[in-house]
Amino acid sequence: MSLFSGKNKDILLGPISKKNPVVVQMLGICSALAVTAKLEPSIVMAISVVVVIAFANVIISLIRKTIPNRIRIIVQLVVAATLVTLVSEILKAFAYDVSKQLSVFIGLILTNCILMGRMEAFGLSNGPWESFLDGVGHGAGYGVILIIVGFFRELLGSGTLLGIQIVPQIFYDWGYVNNGLMILPPMALIVIAVIIWIHRARNKDLQEEK
Amino acid sequence: MNTQSNLYTVIYAALLVIFVAAALAFTNQVLKDTQKKNEEIDKKIQILRCVNVVATAKDVEAKYDELVQETFLVNKDGDKVEGDAFKTDVAKAFAGGTALPVFVTKIDGQVKYIVAMRGTGLWGPLWGYLALNDDKNTVFGADFSHAGETPGLGAEITLPFFGRQFVGKEIFKNGEFKSIAIVKPGKTAEGQDYVDGISGGTITSQGVDKMIYNSLNNYVEFLKSK
Repeated sequence: MSLFSGKNKDILLGPISKKNPVVVQMLGICSALAVTAKLEPSIVMAISVVVVIAFANVIISLIRKTIPNRIRIIVQLVVAATLVTLVSEILKAFAYDVSKQLSVFIGLILTNCILMGRMEAFGLSNGPWESFLDGVGHGAGYGVILIIVGFFRELLGSGTLLGIQIVPQIFYDWGYVNNGLMILPPMALIVIAVIIWIHRARNKDLQEEK
Repeated sequence: MNTQSNLYTVIYAALLVIFVAAALAFTNQVLKDTQKKNEEIDKKIQILRCVNVVATAKDVEAKYDELVQETFLVNKDGDKVEGDAFKTDVAKAFAGGTALPVFVTKIDGQVKYIVAMRGTGLWGPLWGYLALNDDKNTVFGADFSHAGETPGLGAEITLPFFGRQFVGKEIFKNGEFKSIAIVKPGKTAEGQDYVDGISGGTITSQGVDKMIYNSLNNYVEFLKSK
């Protein structure tokens, strides 16, 4: 079996669109609201989640035959918590500002339903390579939405991207004003809703029957 | 092997936890120095922010060395004591009544005294710095930080608009220590200067109020000595 057979490709790419954890499965919405006021934390959060889900899935997959069934959720939690703590420590050492901005949300990756859900539903019953792809796919599916939302919120809310001024000064001179509402959490929900709308309009098979 | 037996389960859990603990302790040890350095840089940024100097991680060391002329520790009686003001543990100092740090800066040729504050909010510790003019009474600037207040509510105390409200307020009235009160927006406080609290962040606002009173109370003798 090749590393990127049809099935594996589906495992990796499915969650980015048709099985997207945020806009189709409606998981991880909470953190998507909280960290997306600016693009930079969105990207860091996206990368952190990809890393944590992928490696947690691989570790669970590697030890899946040894895990006593009765404590499997606890084992999953311990593995996930360890990875989250590692990510948090590394950010504190090498990206202190971002780690301060993300504060509790890094720790809360642990409670992200996508993470536990993938370990229980996939890592526990599949091989390490497939689990890795599944983790990367779901992390990326979550991350893509985070980055899209962060992009629009920072651009419209602050007129900047990654802290660099994008909207030219002359616009402000003509009376353009940054939309302060974009910075507030409710707008994240509305931006996600718009993404869901566009996504469903393009994928008719995802629309529910009346 | 029977992976469902009690003995296996207990041993498995124990080994897993020991392994994880070792791995985390190791990472912590390796990264400790870098993290400590980051914290010190952050502290310097906060101290400078309260005298309205914006510094980034790159230029903070130079700006700090240039602006902070002198640092020393004072005890409750207002006497100077030996020690490193920057490295002193402010939380312990307030709890145990040991000496508290004072940072003396010169902004545009005028002396400003920066004192440390420490208190508790809704979810965890609050801290901050208050800069006073050379009369040791009028506030020149204030900066607040927190460990885990609710984003959008209590966490708003870190925003510039909140600290800016303190500028020009006085902590002594007729030579008596009164502190600065945090009140519900629209309300007033009798016989002392006050600023508006954060809507939706009542407990954090009350925490800031108590923090300012309790912290400055430790400095009163030092501030009274001219």
